[in-house]
Amino acid sequence: MYSASDLRKNLKIQIDGDPYVIVEFTFSKPGKGQSLYRCKLKNMINGNQFERTFRSVETFEPANLREKKMQYLYEEDNQYCFMDTETYDQIYLTEDQVGDAKNYMSDNLDVEILFFGEKPLGITLPNFVDLTVTKAEPWAKGDSVTGRTKPIEVETAYALQAPPFVEEGEKIRIDTRTGEYLTRVKE
Amino acid sequence: MEVNWTLTRKRDALHVRAAMIRAMRKFFMDRDYLEVETPSRIPGIAPECHIDAIPSDGWYLHTSPELCMKRLLAAGYPRIFQITRCFRRGERGLLHIPEFTLLEWYESDIDYRRMMEECEELIVHVARSLGHEGAIDYRGEKIDIRSPWERVSVRDAFRRYSSVSVEKALESNRFDEIMVEEIEPRFKEIQRPVFLYDYPVTLGALARVKKTDPEVAERFELYMGGLELVNAFSELTNAAEQRARFEEEQRNRHKSGKTPYPMPEKFLSELSNMPESSGIALGVDRLAMIFTNSESIDDVVAFTPEDL
Repeated sequence: MYSASDLRKNLKIQIDGDPYVIVEFTFSKPGKGQSLYRCKLKNMINGNQFERTFRSVETFEPANLREKKMQYLYEEDNQYCFMDTETYDQIYLTEDQVGDAKNYMSDNLDVEILFFGEKPLGITLPNFVDLTVTKAEPWAKGDSVTGRTKPIEVETAYALQAPPFVEEGEKIRIDTRTGEYLTRVKE
Repeated sequence: MEVNWTLTRKRDALHVRAAMIRAMRKFFMDRDYLEVETPSRIPGIAPECHIDAIPSDGWYLHTSPELCMKRLLAAGYPRIFQITRCFRRGERGLLHIPEFTLLEWYESDIDYRRMMEECEELIVHVARSLGHEGAIDYRGEKIDIRSPWERVSVRDAFRRYSSVSVEKALESNRFDEIMVEEIEPRFKEIQRPVFLYDYPVTLGALARVKKTDPEVAERFELYMGGLELVNAFSELTNAAEQRARFEEEQRNRHKSGKTPYPMPEKFLSELSNMPESSGIALGVDRLAMIFTNSESIDDVVAFTPEDL
């Protein structure tokens, strides 16, 4: 069982027998008032979304999902293909089911695919992924300590802010929970 | 290992934060306030239904320095301030972090109306020291800090901005929800700081009841750019009434399945010596968010719990 304080973006819970994923999450607590957990929930089977505000007394069932390690192969016509590396079985997820995760998936990335019975519904990424920088302005030297950022793009076409010294062709580590730059990776 | 970028990028914000705290100290010292330090670890916090403390070896980390500062007031320290870390369990979000910084100050012989003015004077002083004169840009909206600041009672705010009256909202236990979803967002549009005042008595456990309107307590909050920055009262000084209010809060805690806190007996026994006073707590991190144009409280503290 989860309590309201466990609620966060991407948590999967069960409501009326269906698995739901929290796609947006806001914690608020007006002065001296009670904690409010505002969630936008998406039904992982039919994609329907709704918003609801929960309070701290409420509890939640974890979604009854099975995880299986699979490898991301490729995307074609908004279908994302994953393979079980032991059985070579392949499954497909839609762009909608993959969601933000597409920003962080390079070919051959190991991920957890979520199954509801035999049906693949979603994906859990590793917390950190390494991706190659494909677009970045050149570094004006001496800018490294001011705390400024510059926009860059990585191989998945995901755009983010990074320190000024990051250059094209370098590999960087990104936190998939926040979408933020963490560090450069030397290979 | 590469330099920690999360820390590097906060450099400007941390400088603004430090300058802000220096300006606060100067404001109070120039006005003959005594800076005090009270313990962070205490046997029990003031019992309030929705404020939860973090246990610490049988005692608790304070959720505000309120009880100890009022005992100082009662002992004859009429103008005191403190800048201190406070701790609240389970509070984490864009505007919340379980360990945060409060500026709290008290003054004898003034009421919450005068305290509103002093709060405005403080924030204008801090803003000027950071080079802000007329308006501050915050997240795409202007906040005009020139006098007079907007003042609106809780009752009027519900009349103006909400689909239900404050009485109906309380009955259906939707007061907090309506504040967050219907009222607070409208404060942004006013483009000036807003004092929201005269809260229902049940929502001001340590505040004095208003003589001319016994349904409300003399409590106010300050909003800037939609952010709640300040909570203040004309302090309740009647020990018997304070005990009854605490007992009511304890019952509410019990009803919500929360453990009651030990009754703060020393505070209650000294309260009768406390002169009429007003006290106020300002969220230092949130004010730093305004002056650094930050979306998240994480941007104005060096380390979040997740960074440790």
